Amino acid sequence: MNAVTGARANAPGLEERARNIRRHALRMGQVQGQGYIAQALGVADVLAVSYFHALRFRPEDPEWEERDRFLLSIGHYAIALYAALIEAGIVPKDELETYGSDESRLPMSGMASYTPGMEISGGSLGLGLGIAVGIGLGLRRKGSDRFVYNLMSDGELDEGPTWEAAMSAGHWKLDNLICIVDVNRMQADGVSTGVLNFEPLPAKWEAFGWHVQRVDGNDIPALIRAFDTARELREPKPRVIICDTKMAKGVSFLEGREKSHFLRVEAHEWDLAVAALDEGAAA
Amino acid sequence: MMKVKRGPWGRGSWGEAAAVLDPSKPKLTTSAMIASIASEGQRTSAAPFGEALVKVARERPDILGLTADLGKYTDLHVFGAAFPDRYYQMGMAEQNLMLAAAGLAHEGFTPFVTTYAVFAARRTYDFISQGIVEEGLNVKICCALPGLTTGYGPSHQATEDLAIFRGMPDLTIVDPCDALDIEQATQAIAAHHGPVYMRLLRGKVPLVLDEYDYRFELGKAKLLRDGAEILVISTGLMTMRALEAAQRLEADRVGVAVLHVPTIKPLDEATILREAGRTGRMVVVAENHSVIGGLGEAVAGVLLRGGVAPPRFRQVALPDAFLDAGALPTLHDRYGISAEAMAGSLRSCLQ
Repeated sequence: MNAVTGARANAPGLEERARNIRRHALRMGQVQGQGYIAQALGVADVLAVSYFHALRFRPEDPEWEERDRFLLSIGHYAIALYAALIEAGIVPKDELETYGSDESRLPMSGMASYTPGMEISGGSLGLGLGIAVGIGLGLRRKGSDRFVYNLMSDGELDEGPTWEAAMSAGHWKLDNLICIVDVNRMQADGVSTGVLNFEPLPAKWEAFGWHVQRVDGNDIPALIRAFDTARELREPKPRVIICDTKMAKGVSFLEGREKSHFLRVEAHEWDLAVAALDEGAAA
Repeated sequence: MMKVKRGPWGRGSWGEAAAVLDPSKPKLTTSAMIASIASEGQRTSAAPFGEALVKVARERPDILGLTADLGKYTDLHVFGAAFPDRYYQMGMAEQNLMLAAAGLAHEGFTPFVTTYAVFAARRTYDFISQGIVEEGLNVKICCALPGLTTGYGPSHQATEDLAIFRGMPDLTIVDPCDALDIEQATQAIAAHHGPVYMRLLRGKVPLVLDEYDYRFELGKAKLLRDGAEILVISTGLMTMRALEAAQRLEADRVGVAVLHVPTIKPLDEATILREAGRTGRMVVVAENHSVIGGLGEAVAGVLLRGGVAPPRFRQVALPDAFLDAGALPTLHDRYGISAEAMAGSLRSCLQ
């Protein structure tokens, strides 16, 4: 791994950001009484480091040419990205009350045509990385020094096009492409590696020509180091950060709950979950 | 379970099915992907798509070419030779081809993507739908071997691509007839902002429409010739077959009008209703495509909804079947889309 930057000093701020992202996501879950809340809580630290440490963007101009592109391949993680976009000031905070409602800009599955800051329409899983390859090639053509990030889930490792794209990115030596794999080990039908075993993951990505890091995706200082390494690397390779995350992270009474892919949360538990977050912060 | 048997095997036992060459007849070989659909002595133009794209791209630096290991077989190699730094060989990975094109379109480029029609339609439908078209991205998907234009059998014969793509909202669908049509359609789809699927004839492509007062306009049907008895509404290469059949019937004093419909979607319903609404003419819809879900059914729906009832309505189209392998002229005769077979169909529908 390459040198650690001085960004570690920002870590306390990022923890607060991550907690706010979790809080926004829980509020949206409460509005609908449901949602992919376990994923949102699990990936909140990754999003906090992405938006408040790594990415360049202008909240008032989500299509700013000089921004880093951040693709949400996993459409159903929209609740998590909306929370980050709200925290980043790209989407107004009061809009989270509309989540999943008719005429809302925040539908259950993320679409570029609905939401400012949502770069692509994800949801048909396995599409993001290929689009990131095209964006990476496009940025290179334009002489841009910006990065394209693709956030995908471990479930998307089952999809063939993920590996077509992985080979393609390796072939084109796309050093402006950073793929983040959220390994929360849970898919619709059960434990990810039981649904389809994708391990050993680092060896697979390395074989496709990628620079690989694997980190605890709920450890903010570790994420900062990984993102810095990915951005500062001189090797002409695409970069992947495999993030092992914990479903429902931060809300202790939800962390161990079964069937976490579409986590059942009782009506009275949403407020308790927010309280549990704050307790965790105080502890 | 019995395996499905096709071709001569499906018609008899092994012994009966074994082909015996008749030395008195010329041996027709399987038409490969590189074969031209031009008939003997027909005027042709080489690689009209590739040549036209090069011309357009000189003025349009945003135009890029992407292919999935089929540059030479879709005439995109002509573009690649002219603009090597704007040509992307994406490997034999059609799903990624469509997604990478989507990404490049996100960044403001206009990718022209080529593969075979079977692969675009069958393999990459979701990638085109959700990667490209749902976001209205400016990608042009140009595909060789539409309908029955190869003798390789069902793996390469895109007999249902129009049916598949007609179901996709917001996708413009173009099926040009000849070299002139392809050249003008290439210019037109480059000028149009939005996703397009275009069927391609490649290699030595017949040149027919220069003899008519014709110009390709996106979304417009054009009457190429008039006639009192039959109105043929046709698209793609079947328009040249219709024109040839019309000439044959003219010798028998049967008037055949030909309305060429190179844009399948959006369909020029007004022109179709106007021409079909002229009383007394029977309507024959001709397409290099399955009877299911192509121009024929589209026109039938337009006529029904428009309250236009021609005295007779027929389709000249490929059967709803996995087609045989073999030589293209044989197959075009067998499935009724050669000029001769079409002339026979037109005559029989008069009786």
